[in-house]
Amino acid sequence: MAGPLEQFEIHSKVPIEVAGYDISITNSAISLAIALVILMVFMLGGMRKAALVPGRWQSSVEMCYEFIAKMLGDTAGHEARQFFPFVFTLFMFILTANLMGMVPWLHLFTVTSHIAVTFALAFFIFIGVTILGFIKHGIGFLKFFVPGDAPLALLPLLVIIEIVSYLSRPISLSVRLFANMVAGHTMLQVFGGFVVSLAAAGGIFALGSVLPFAFIVALTGLELLVACLQAYVFAVLTCIYLNDALHMH
Amino acid sequence: MTDNKKSSEEMKAELDDLNARLSAAREASKPKVASGYNEATTYGRATRLVAELIAGILVGVLLGWYLDQWLGTKPWLMILLIIIGAAAGILNVMRAAKQMVQGGSYNEEGK
Repeated sequence: MAGPLEQFEIHSKVPIEVAGYDISITNSAISLAIALVILMVFMLGGMRKAALVPGRWQSSVEMCYEFIAKMLGDTAGHEARQFFPFVFTLFMFILTANLMGMVPWLHLFTVTSHIAVTFALAFFIFIGVTILGFIKHGIGFLKFFVPGDAPLALLPLLVIIEIVSYLSRPISLSVRLFANMVAGHTMLQVFGGFVVSLAAAGGIFALGSVLPFAFIVALTGLELLVACLQAYVFAVLTCIYLNDALHMH
Repeated sequence: MTDNKKSSEEMKAELDDLNARLSAAREASKPKVASGYNEATTYGRATRLVAELIAGILVGVLLGWYLDQWLGTKPWLMILLIIIGAAAGILNVMRAAKQMVQGGSYNEEGK
């Protein structure tokens, strides 16, 4: 039987090697591509007619749009409107990737359960927001690291703490998403293992396998919530960071 | 001609009326309290706070480790930076908690 962490292993499906580098197409890369296709079909298909009175499909696309537009306006203000395409893409991509991993039987690889993927996203946001801050405020953005009402003697220490706090942003952003995905999928696999081993034990134990099975059903519901919630949290924090860069608190 | 003019005036009045009704509807659909973080569930808040705290310490450890390797001051910078990282983590948690409590006022301030 497969161990609980085996689902996160990366296998190469189409081995490719260029100049000594292994750039094989892996299960992770295939999942990324599938997520992209699902997302594009969902969005383009929904907006195909662009009817004044939307149908079901168009309605769901518009709901996603309005949800993120409202969230962006609430957390980062009006000026952040120009970053809407970025935040929307980010949210929809993470949501699709998270939900794809929740489809039973298909065994799609959950790309967001890898720190390499989530950290790449978070680091890109971190660099982008920092550059935006410097473009917007020039060298004055460095004041962001100086707390306003601090005694002079403590200032050097506080500035260092502020810088470390700023550097921790991409890490907290990526670790949260990755840890949530890994924990959820591992738990599902562990309880799935209980069902199988109890059923295999036979007799009175086989009856007991109903319990972990019921737990899996409940856990799947929770994991669906977590999948949506973590995509939302990722997008909200991106907005908060945008707000910090645009308005400096 | 006069008829035409009159109808355009009527049109204008009609448009103004529509405009007024539109802005009234927009105003009504605005949330009473700006909701930034209020919508997130307890679970979302909890994971956010935990991640903020751990990230601060993690940055301290990593930064200290590499600076020590680079400057050859093992293990002093790492010890120092773990403490600073923990402080930064607690600062992160305090800021995040403040945003969660304030919710609305935080957003207004941003505009």
